[in-house]
Amino acid sequence: MRTAFIQQLYNLAKVDSRINLIVGDLGFGVVTDFARDFPNQFLNAGVAEQNMTGVAAGMALSGKIVFTYSIANFPTLRCLEQIRNDVCYHKADVKIVSVGGGLAYGALGATHHATEDLAILRALPNLLVIAPGDPLEAQAATRAIAAHPGPCYLRLGRSGEATVHDPGFDFQLGKAIQVREGFDLTIVSTGSMLQNALEAAEQLGQKGIQARVLSMHTIKPLDTEALFKAATETSALVTLEEHSLVGGLGGAVAEALMDAGKGAVRLKRIGLPPEFISTVGSQLHLWGLNGLSVEGITKTIELSLRAE
Amino acid sequence: MTNENRNLGQLAVRIRRHVIEMTRLGKSSHVGSSFSIVELLSVLYSGVLNVRPDQPDWEQRDRLVLSKGHACAALYAVLAEKGFFPTDWLHTYYQDDSPLAGHATHSVPGVEVSTGSLGHGASLATGMALAGKRDTAAWRVFALLSDGECDEGATWEAALLAAHHGLDNMVIIVDYNKIQALGYTSEVLSLDSLAGKWRAFGWAVREIDGHNFAEIETALGAVPFEKGQPSCIVAHTIKGKGVSFMEDQLLWHYRSPQGEEYEAACRELDGER
Repeated sequence: MRTAFIQQLYNLAKVDSRINLIVGDLGFGVVTDFARDFPNQFLNAGVAEQNMTGVAAGMALSGKIVFTYSIANFPTLRCLEQIRNDVCYHKADVKIVSVGGGLAYGALGATHHATEDLAILRALPNLLVIAPGDPLEAQAATRAIAAHPGPCYLRLGRSGEATVHDPGFDFQLGKAIQVREGFDLTIVSTGSMLQNALEAAEQLGQKGIQARVLSMHTIKPLDTEALFKAATETSALVTLEEHSLVGGLGGAVAEALMDAGKGAVRLKRIGLPPEFISTVGSQLHLWGLNGLSVEGITKTIELSLRAE
Repeated sequence: MTNENRNLGQLAVRIRRHVIEMTRLGKSSHVGSSFSIVELLSVLYSGVLNVRPDQPDWEQRDRLVLSKGHACAALYAVLAEKGFFPTDWLHTYYQDDSPLAGHATHSVPGVEVSTGSLGHGASLATGMALAGKRDTAAWRVFALLSDGECDEGATWEAALLAAHHGLDNMVIIVDYNKIQALGYTSEVLSLDSLAGKWRAFGWAVREIDGHNFAEIETALGAVPFEKGQPSCIVAHTIKGKGVSFMEDQLLWHYRSPQGEEYEAACRELDGER
């Protein structure tokens, strides 16, 4: 996803000199070409995320389209008030990009786990929140947020995510993508869980349970149309995210259903426990321990359906 | 006193009278913080800043970031005096449904950015200056900071970046009134030597009396002090300047002028006219 993002941004910067990229002294080997070929559109702000974000807002208020880039919680939580006041309040054309959403930096430890970002940033006014599900979504989302005037948060995985979509697929901000049809239940997935969602759906399919899979790449604004359609056409909803169970996709879906008087719909939220994960391990290992492996997801859904 | 200085003096008195009136009607605070920047604002808006009151968003305007957003009463007053919006608005300050909130707000004509949380303005100004440089624009950026917000780490992050990139199209003015929210800066968190700190961060620095029109005009007329370096003016000021019983008093960070105190303040200010 990281590569898909930077290649797309490189192409955009080539044709639009308003596009600027500011990094917080991270992106070794990733931002090299961009920095070399567009020195007047690149800035390394140093290890100073608050200033990076304030500077981005100041540049955006002077006519630039500014991407800030760092990893995990550094471009988000470290400078949260700059995002709130300087970027969101002014509707500044700043796109906040974080690489390593969820447990992508697993073994680096809990300081590097971005597991509350969706909940926290979703609460900010004027900010779009996007977590692409595969490299093609990451590429399309980069194009879309560059064209969207105003603040956006793009939460990327890291590298090596499977490509789920076909080239030329239809991507629109705020529009969920159905990647599998089914009428027994719907798995609503965001971010890097998409491949696991599909594989879990296949396993359920072998047991005679047909799951619809939605890639909910935009968490805010949430595609309530696709959600309500799924709530009507299938008998249960399962949200799936590499994020704390507090306030992320599952929370957003629950809020939308309750507010629309659809609280009777069966909803199971699958995500991370709202705790620091102190076990050392790779992303894959930590998924397994926290119920986010394909097997874990399949089992949780089966148990949940059986409880009906 | 030259005619020019007499005009500046009259403008400063009018700003202070507005601030007293605004904070009395709004029952609001921050009079002292507003009073310490009145001379600075008077000079900035009397020929230094290239702005158009009838076209506040004019692209080629000089930018002023009031980073110490709590002193917005003085900014609103000078903007109204210069015709950015009707002076009538001032009397609604801080009151229900007023266009004028208790911290600088970008919806107000002539107010560049919303501030109020300290330590944001230096970064915003740096971003603007960097964008200006990249576009080889002629406009400049001025930011007015409080001394208290030099406690904020983000201020110094911006100081590093602006100096590293040689942003000589930006000027930071620090309103060094030496009082912050809970006491003297020397007691809360010493800033000495404030000018030395900015110098050490790579800025070209001058220290002036922030209430002396001639010194302010000379300094602002001489920026950039060094080509290829951002400029910093450490303006030594007095919190509450202009009303004897408010000067150098922490209380007037908080107190709203009412009753006899309001009357006394007006008498003092009117006597100067």
